[in-house]
Amino acid sequence: MADSPPEPNKKKSSYTADRGVAGAFEGETMTRRGLMTGGALAAGGIATAAFGIPALGFAIGPLLEDQEPEVWQDVGPESDFTAETYVPRVINIVSEIGEAGKTTIYVRTALPDDESPSDKPGVEPLPMVAISTRCAHLGCPVRYIQASKRFVCPCHGGIYDEQGAVGGGPPVRPLDRFYNRIRNGRVEIGDRFSLNNKLDRFSPRDPSQHLDGLWQYLYPSRPST
Amino acid sequence: MKLPSPPLPKFLRPTPPRPGDGNGHGLGRNGGNGHDSPTTEPEPKKLDKAKGAAVEGTASVVGYIDERTGMSPFLRGFLYRKTPKGNTWYYTLGSATMFAFVSQAVTGVFLAMYYNPDPARAYDSASHITNEVFLGELVRGMHRWGSTVMIILIFLHMGRVFVFGAYKYPREINWVIGVVLLVLTLASGFSGYLLPFDQRSFWATVVGVNINASAPVMGPYIADFLRGGAEFGASTLTRFYALHMLLIPGLIGALIGAHLYLVSKLGTTAPPWIKAEKKNLNSEAI
Repeated sequence: MADSPPEPNKKKSSYTADRGVAGAFEGETMTRRGLMTGGALAAGGIATAAFGIPALGFAIGPLLEDQEPEVWQDVGPESDFTAETYVPRVINIVSEIGEAGKTTIYVRTALPDDESPSDKPGVEPLPMVAISTRCAHLGCPVRYIQASKRFVCPCHGGIYDEQGAVGGGPPVRPLDRFYNRIRNGRVEIGDRFSLNNKLDRFSPRDPSQHLDGLWQYLYPSRPST
Repeated sequence: MKLPSPPLPKFLRPTPPRPGDGNGHGLGRNGGNGHDSPTTEPEPKKLDKAKGAAVEGTASVVGYIDERTGMSPFLRGFLYRKTPKGNTWYYTLGSATMFAFVSQAVTGVFLAMYYNPDPARAYDSASHITNEVFLGELVRGMHRWGSTVMIILIFLHMGRVFVFGAYKYPREINWVIGVVLLVLTLASGFSGYLLPFDQRSFWATVVGVNINASAPVMGPYIADFLRGGAEFGASTLTRFYALHMLLIPGLIGALIGAHLYLVSKLGTTAPPWIKAEKKNLNSEAI
């Protein structure tokens, strides 16, 4: 059997004995060397995956879960706020990291046209407009200027009107807002949400992510929010 | 291929015997005092003895290591490899970039001894380094300005390779490795920028992460990965710190090794103004 080399056009036998492998057993289809090589590679692969996959999951874990608990923060009595102008308030976005976790928001009493006349059932109009100062272009802090009734971003010249809708510059959607409610005469601020240019509510997105037209499908919502 | 053995450094070479020197091997350059007659020759001076012992000792240590590691063929091939005619100062830009990386690594290790990557304490520990630690301002300054130097040098090096056409066959893989090194260097600069944790670095990082978030489809997830969550939070700074001081420098070091291996294996390109010698290349003349 080991005497003649196999003819080139003939299909190789799957039995090692027929292929002339030295020391072949009858019925054996894999050489012992091949088994050892494959076994060593498989064992190494399993061992690497055993630490690699959990370590990778550990690193990307924050993508997969919402870490910030829902909290309602008191920002003062209802009488502090009017429909005419915005009042700045500081709230905690991330707890327990000091100054870096705080942000300024602008709050005023809501008017009927502050939100899209929603066709979605169960979407209650909010009592207040609580606008995030995070610019929808790249996240710089915007400032409200009462004289011109505009929000202005210092970084790249984004302009928003009194409702936070884009009035000019690079931003792709209106300023984010926060859920709010009134409990015992005091205004409480909840989670962030984003708006498209028709002022429909969406789950919170990062700045620069479009929410209109076909663009919105390129920027999916995330499990972390 | 037989490589020529390099000349020994001067201090390791045996001194040739001086004329009229009886015993045949001098122990160093000042071994004999020519004015004295051989009969009154004093014993070799203590300094000469020490010198001889030092030479012998060095040679035996080098020999011991070489016998056990087989380093010398590798080092000879690496350090005494042939280079094309016409090498210029432009060819030092890669080494300069690597030196900048080494200086970043060394100063970074020592900065890490004082730095505290906690959102509440990072700024204080950075200003502690600058204002109170002995030479802290200098070491932090070297790391801060050295990062800019490294970026400038890596771009000059890339420009040199491009203009000289040194990315062409068979050096394409080395170009690709170089591009990865460039991206890693930029990533290192980006992640390091946050660490002082002052207003500028905070907002620059907010904007930088949001630029990453603007990539279609993957953008939102990349931003979440960089921040360690939906908001710039407690784990963002530690994440950037770990990337900056562990992951990125490790990758850069490993890829520099691969880059250098290919440089020494493939050799460098001659500058474009050096023409190939025409001898025996004209087939019609044969």
